[in-house]
Amino acid sequence: MNFSEVFKQSNQLCKVSPDGKYLATCVQYRLVVRDVSTLQILQLYTCLDQISHMDWASDSLFILCAMYKRGLVQVWSLEQPDWHCKIDEGSIGLLSSRWSPDGRHVLNTTEFHLRITVWSLCTKAVSYIKYPKACQKGIDFSRDGCYMALAERRDCKDYVSVFVCDDWHLLRHFETETQDLAGLEWSPNGCVLAVWDSCLEYKVLLYSLDGRLLSTYSAYEWSLGIKSVTWCPSSQFLAIGSYDEKVRILNHITWKKVTQFEHPATINNTKAVVYKEVERRPAVGSDDLSLHNITIGTTLFNTQSKYEICPLPVQLPVVKPDPDRANPKIGVSTLAFSSDSRYLATKNDNMASVVWVWDMQKMSLEAVLEQTSAVRCFQWDPQRPRLALCTGNTKLYLWSPAGCVSVQVPTEGGFQVQSLNWHCSGDSLILLGKEQLCLCYMDTDQEDKFFRTSVQVAGMFLF
Amino acid sequence: MPESSLVKDICSSSVECRTSPLRQFSQSPLPLHRKPYMLSTFCTENNVQECLSHISQEVSSLGLPPVWTESGSSEMNVVAVLNCMYDLIQLHHRGLRTLENMEVEQLKSSSNVNFLQLTSTRLKEQLEQSKRENMGLLERERQLQLKVKSLQNCLKNEKEEVQKLQNIISSRASQYNHEMKRKEREFNKLKERLNQLLVDKKEKKQAIDVLNSIGRADGKRSLWKTEKTEAKHEGEMYKTLLSDYDTRQRELLLENAELKKVLQQMKKDIVSILSSRKPLLKGDKHQDDGIQADSEEEEEVFDSSKERVELYCVHAREKLTNSIRLQWRRLKSHVERLDSQASLAQMGESKNTDAVSRETHEEEMDRLKLEIQQCKDFIQTQQQLLQQQLSSPCDEETVSLLSDCYMLQEKERLREEWKTLEEQRKIFERERKNFTEAAIRLSHERKAFEEDRATWLKHQFLNLSPFADSKKPPMSKSKSAFLISETKVSAGSAPENLTRCPSNTTSSTPRCVPLTSPSTADLHRTLCLIQENSSTKPKRKAEHAGESSFFFNGNVPVQHKEWNDSEDHSRHTLTKEKNSSI
Repeated sequence: MNFSEVFKQSNQLCKVSPDGKYLATCVQYRLVVRDVSTLQILQLYTCLDQISHMDWASDSLFILCAMYKRGLVQVWSLEQPDWHCKIDEGSIGLLSSRWSPDGRHVLNTTEFHLRITVWSLCTKAVSYIKYPKACQKGIDFSRDGCYMALAERRDCKDYVSVFVCDDWHLLRHFETETQDLAGLEWSPNGCVLAVWDSCLEYKVLLYSLDGRLLSTYSAYEWSLGIKSVTWCPSSQFLAIGSYDEKVRILNHITWKKVTQFEHPATINNTKAVVYKEVERRPAVGSDDLSLHNITIGTTLFNTQSKYEICPLPVQLPVVKPDPDRANPKIGVSTLAFSSDSRYLATKNDNMASVVWVWDMQKMSLEAVLEQTSAVRCFQWDPQRPRLALCTGNTKLYLWSPAGCVSVQVPTEGGFQVQSLNWHCSGDSLILLGKEQLCLCYMDTDQEDKFFRTSVQVAGMFLF
Repeated sequence: MPESSLVKDICSSSVECRTSPLRQFSQSPLPLHRKPYMLSTFCTENNVQECLSHISQEVSSLGLPPVWTESGSSEMNVVAVLNCMYDLIQLHHRGLRTLENMEVEQLKSSSNVNFLQLTSTRLKEQLEQSKRENMGLLERERQLQLKVKSLQNCLKNEKEEVQKLQNIISSRASQYNHEMKRKEREFNKLKERLNQLLVDKKEKKQAIDVLNSIGRADGKRSLWKTEKTEAKHEGEMYKTLLSDYDTRQRELLLENAELKKVLQQMKKDIVSILSSRKPLLKGDKHQDDGIQADSEEEEEVFDSSKERVELYCVHAREKLTNSIRLQWRRLKSHVERLDSQASLAQMGESKNTDAVSRETHEEEMDRLKLEIQQCKDFIQTQQQLLQQQLSSPCDEETVSLLSDCYMLQEKERLREEWKTLEEQRKIFERERKNFTEAAIRLSHERKAFEEDRATWLKHQFLNLSPFADSKKPPMSKSKSAFLISETKVSAGSAPENLTRCPSNTTSSTPRCVPLTSPSTADLHRTLCLIQENSSTKPKRKAEHAGESSFFFNGNVPVQHKEWNDSEDHSRHTLTKEKNSSI
């Protein structure tokens, strides 16, 4: 595993182009495009203000930079550095900006969700979509880029509009049976739309592409409901995480619950492996107060850590949420399927330092990773069943079915990993600190060995 | 206590009952008893007659024989009087005894009375107490009832409260919903207004500023929105939906086929199991004939359905599943019966063996645990060392320790290598022995050859003389070629031959010397010779293959090992084998 040098970055705006060739980073009001393999700067663009959002077009030819405070969007072309495009939303304000799947339209949501403005870069045409709903996830494009589903609110009722992205033709418009729609998401095959209600009511509705209601699912009533929803990449399962600390898995044929994954504070499941991160402060022993201690003084501040396999049963640290506060820190907030749909990683908010990995074939708990601090972010390798996670310290953690390992990011000045992103090839990782970024290269041939040794190390603690 | 007292009561009463006539009886003798003290006044000289009559009367009244009869002599019948007196005394004694008894009885009864009085007072107290308790309990009950009543009231109140609150909540919820809707409408209105205002506003309009518009990603030109495009969109949508359903159906079909295969397999297995069981059943007299007939029938059903499985008709499917179900049930019962039998059998026999095995298991476990502990310790120390090395590369102690550790490892490795080398050496030695043996044999042969040659030379020499022609025939034919060439040479230059001959003989003599310890050059030569020989050998080897293979069987692993060694090594082994085959 190799690490690149550290680059500056602001607002954690750093993205690899969809084709995996370029790396775009924002530093204040500048946009820097680098070659991923050499990290040489290819282009440097200067925007009008500090950039608050940046995104690549699907064909990796254009980059969108949004400055929400100014209500401005600037688009840059990689092929023609002289080409420029500036979209001014004027005094109506700008809340969010995104590309359409074809990379030729920019969708701007104005302030107060007044409307969505669709700007065409081909024809300079502008069109409006009124009544977008302000919610958790009110807009979603199907994976093939053909359709866009949009949550709307009219006359105090929730509606869903399905647009054809090609020419923004309204294909379907239907009312949903929700009290207060919170989000919608297309299945990866683009044929089913999952719509869920706000946390006050546990309700998931599944609509066909043509607007037919396929099924409704509700696990319980009265108490707080859905917290997160994710489709499995094969469209076979829909995972629903809720405030009752459970994940329910629906199947794609009957849309009934296949199984539910609970997140107990005590793990008795003998089939699951519990990896516990153990911090090891270097050299505080009796004979270690010798001279060499000073020479390795730099690592004194970076406590080393390793994983140990805990014998079951294991008691996990649980934080009781304050019942008087809104949005209590409890329940499954993050769900992620591995790219091969084999594993599901979850995080339960009242056990913030624990990541759970479930095997979708055996429908059982595969591994539990207990970190020393709260997990900030985790993401699956887009090519392999390999999970990367960070906890806001100087380490990067990786899990694969073969084992679990923690890697110190070898940079000066305490690079704290706040977030991470996989390169689409799965060969490298982008680690984002507060104002820095660093690339981590996985040696593909060494990686197996690396994991094997890590397993051996972990295995030693089995005795 | 009360029971015993009752018994006593009964007892005493019975005693009383018994004594009551006696008491009556004893009352009369009491004055009689006192009479002797007043005897002086009772009888005087004058009133003897009267006294007599009185006494006789009294005596008769007591039921005793008369003391004196008036009709008889006036004299007292002494015997009768004495008898009477004796009787009286007896009576008196009896009276006294009864009196005593009575007194004892009285004492007893009085104590009884006392006891009863005591018990009665105690019982009275108890009664009083229980009465008091009862009162207390009644009071408490009353209080509790009051409490219950109040609580019921409370509950009712609470229920009312709850109802009220629910009403309030629902009204509030509806109010809230209404308000929200109103707010939302207002909000929407405001949005509209804002929208309008912003759109109308001139000075800062939203705008797009593009240097030059770019082409579409697909390179096509955008189309006008017409009904045709709408239809096309609909069509495309349905196409995607259809393709999705198509793929899904295909998947289901595949899965179905797979499951059907499994079903078939299962059916086949079940049938085979059942059919193998059948002869057993026939031998078994316990089984009903009805079941057998049933099974046969089932098999028929199965056979008929098997042909139709491929047709996906409902009827066949039903039949198939039904037959499967039946057979499955039968199999299950069969297995259950077998299970019970097996468990019965096991109960009997495997008790002691199991215990033994468990013991051995435990022993084994202990041993393994110990081993694990050792391994753990070892690993721990290793790890510590490793960590120390990692964390403190410049620590001399640890370095030395580590180097020690490495030395140890190295030593171990070297020892192993040494062992293998030793083995190799042994092998070499063995081979060497073989070689020397071969060399000795060869030298023997050479010696023989040399002798042959000497004789031949002698012959030749003799042949040179004109009278030795007759001695030619005894030469062996195999040497004739050599002989001819030699003769040619010898014919060309006889004196040379003559000089060479002794030189040859001289060279042969030193060759005889190293018989005991052949030089390396000799060895090589012998080796070469053997190899030359070996070129002729394979045929023989092939002939003996049948025997040799049998012979080699035992040697196979050794052979392999040696083959795995270096190349010349293998060559050596080859020659060795050949040697052994000679």
